[in-house]
Amino acid sequence: MTDPNVTTTGDTELQGDTVDGSALMGAAGAVTTPQDADAALDPGIEDPILTIENLSLWYGDTIALKEISMGIPARQITAFIGPSGCGKSTLLRCINRLNDLIDSVRITGDIRFEDGSIYDPAVDINLLRKRIGMVFQKSNPFPKSIYENIAYGLRIQGVNRKSVLDDAVEKSLRNAALWDEVKDRLSDTALGLSGGQQQRLCIARAIAVEPDVVLFDEPCSALDPIATAKIEELMQGLKSQYTQIIVTHNMQQASRVSDLTAFLYLGELVEYGATDQLFIKPRKQQTEDYITGRFG
Amino acid sequence: MTKPRLSRTEALGRSLTWLCGGALALNMLLVVALLGLLVVNGGAYFWQRDLVQVSLDDGRRLLGEVHERGTVSGTEVTDPAELPTRIQLKVGNRDLTGTDFLWILDTAIESTESPVEAMVLERLEWGNFYGFPHELRAGDEVLARGGELLPALRALHAEKVRLREEMKGIEKGAIGDVNFRIERQRLAQRRLELEAPPAAELERRLAEIARRTEPLQAEYDELAGRLIELRQQLFRETLVMEAADGTEKAIPVGAIVRFLQPNEMGVWDKTALYASRLWEFAADDPRESNTEGGIFPAIFGTVMMVFLMSFAVVPLGVLAALYLREYAKQGPLVRMVRIAVNNLAGVPSIVFGVFGLGFFVYLIGGTIDQLFYPEALPTPTFGTGGILWGALTLALLTVPVVIVATEEGLAAVPRIMREGSLALGATKWETTWKVVVPAAAPGILTGMILAMARAAGEVAPLMIVGMVKLAPALPIDGHFPFVHLERKFMHLGFHIYDVGFQSPNVEATKPLVFATALLLILVVTAMNLVAIAIRNHLRGKYAGSAV
Repeated sequence: MTDPNVTTTGDTELQGDTVDGSALMGAAGAVTTPQDADAALDPGIEDPILTIENLSLWYGDTIALKEISMGIPARQITAFIGPSGCGKSTLLRCINRLNDLIDSVRITGDIRFEDGSIYDPAVDINLLRKRIGMVFQKSNPFPKSIYENIAYGLRIQGVNRKSVLDDAVEKSLRNAALWDEVKDRLSDTALGLSGGQQQRLCIARAIAVEPDVVLFDEPCSALDPIATAKIEELMQGLKSQYTQIIVTHNMQQASRVSDLTAFLYLGELVEYGATDQLFIKPRKQQTEDYITGRFG
Repeated sequence: MTKPRLSRTEALGRSLTWLCGGALALNMLLVVALLGLLVVNGGAYFWQRDLVQVSLDDGRRLLGEVHERGTVSGTEVTDPAELPTRIQLKVGNRDLTGTDFLWILDTAIESTESPVEAMVLERLEWGNFYGFPHELRAGDEVLARGGELLPALRALHAEKVRLREEMKGIEKGAIGDVNFRIERQRLAQRRLELEAPPAAELERRLAEIARRTEPLQAEYDELAGRLIELRQQLFRETLVMEAADGTEKAIPVGAIVRFLQPNEMGVWDKTALYASRLWEFAADDPRESNTEGGIFPAIFGTVMMVFLMSFAVVPLGVLAALYLREYAKQGPLVRMVRIAVNNLAGVPSIVFGVFGLGFFVYLIGGTIDQLFYPEALPTPTFGTGGILWGALTLALLTVPVVIVATEEGLAAVPRIMREGSLALGATKWETTWKVVVPAAAPGILTGMILAMARAAGEVAPLMIVGMVKLAPALPIDGHFPFVHLERKFMHLGFHIYDVGFQSPNVEATKPLVFATALLLILVVTAMNLVAIAIRNHLRGKYAGSAV
């Protein structure tokens, strides 16, 4: 595996939005040369905020992730795609150590966040999760009022000043494009909102604690197209402030929202690259088969 | 044309539906029948029946209310239609005849009439008196008779009722107060003796206590004197009644609760009387070893005991369930604990009573007495049955119910909700306390409702940890510290047993058994409705598309 920090000059351009696919491909026309295999896994990211290093994960005796290495760029949207059971959600849940809750999980390898390993025993896991927020597949507002849902993360950090909470709630709801819809009923139960509103509430709740990274675990799988479009628009709006990672099995969504896309299959990272390039001209046969709908 | 035939499975399905519906209908029928029995038998007790005067073939004349009709069962007669019929007459006048009730064969009755002037007196002592009013007297002087009698009696009786209220106020209020303060001085003296300070100081402080007790004693004597005076006043005038057989009996007006001439009363009057008696039953203290008067102390004791029990059992059960469900590593040990907890519910309740007596009353209560109330010994304060120990004993009895219901409530909280909280950086404890427990609150309240219903109806264990036939004072009163958890208490369940099976006058109290049982059910229902209202409020607060 190559070090994600070591990049070639040509590849650095990848991080821009307007990337010419042919420039990436170079002269290589065939899909499976060894050089391409490396290039297929390495979009060349400078100064990644998160670095996954040789990460493997077992549920009991079953291996779910195999030797995954990749870097996640700051303030961009990275998408994990792949067929059901490929390990994309598992990988996402490694990043905020939510897999720790499952007794039978065993992990080798490392994930580095900024300077340190997140698996360092000295790491305060609650502090880590404050910095790496998460939005779930199914909206999961707490059985509390809309206001208290947003304030929850701050309250557990010991913030109890009403003025501070009020400001944070309004700011988060505005950022999540929900403020105008709920500003008159902040004290109503959050469970009375529609599915799309609930999901945006969960996003507002996640960003209220001002994390560095927000993880989205198939955030739109239970939503209709209009609600989905709103969430996608929202993600674009949040891009300037947060590093976002989205797991989705909707390839159109991945191609619409993400800057980089990683394709996982059977627990392995098959291909990782700029979204435009990966969808237009995948380097691996498996990727092409998947995105053209031959399996998955 | 043939009707389409049902397939076998369809036919089976239909018959099973009928079976289930039938089972439900049977249950409903039993509940309705039970409630109906209680309402009919208990409710009839407060309705004033007409008075009848019967003349018997042996020349006797009796006045009373017909309570029951029936047949005499005998072996000689085989045809049920030929069995002799009889009536049960409530004749009262216990002080004259010694019995309240008589069975009379219909064949022995020569004539029956309903004299309009016949009067029934409800008395503070000796039960009802049935007869005809004759005259009103003060000593030997006749105050009123004939046409003036009733208005005079009415005015005098109203005055005596006010007098009784005043006496009750003195007895329960002022004298209770003084007694309480005298008792405090006595305890202070005893404490001083136990402390055994140097002789000079002991002398000085004893003198101080004596100096403080003296005015209290004087106050007490004055109040007692006033009471005696009032009592004499209460019994000054008498109403002379003539029983059906012509015997005259002078009854102090102050001892009369009510005087009625039921044969003159219309339905409306009787309804008002019914309501007034019902109110008396619910709001008054019992009289005549629980055969008359009300059952308010029993209602109060039951409700307070159940509340205390809820305060004890909910935290205990919820915390235990939280550990069992959220923290303990699920495995064979936890499974065994769970089974053991569930089986606790199968232990006979009297065993809990014995445990409560040994553990709470003797061990904990005895220790509390030695540490904090040595001056009152050898009279125990907490070292004897009391409402607190009763409540704690029942809390042990009902804790499995709360644990099981809470565990189910916790299990129903989706994992994703916990993960949502953890993903925000909350610790496990914060997640449990701020997200999981509120979400499981309806389940917890369900457990509380079940526990309350169970505890309110439980009698056996309470009989040995503080429940009594007649409690001298309520567990809450105006004396510091206002709530007296060490006091003994009355309970509706025990009251039913007591009036039904331990009463000196079983015939008279039989309807009271039904009325008390009905009231117990009403009290339990009322408490449950409150809890259900809270639960629905919580559900409404948390309800939505997600859960």
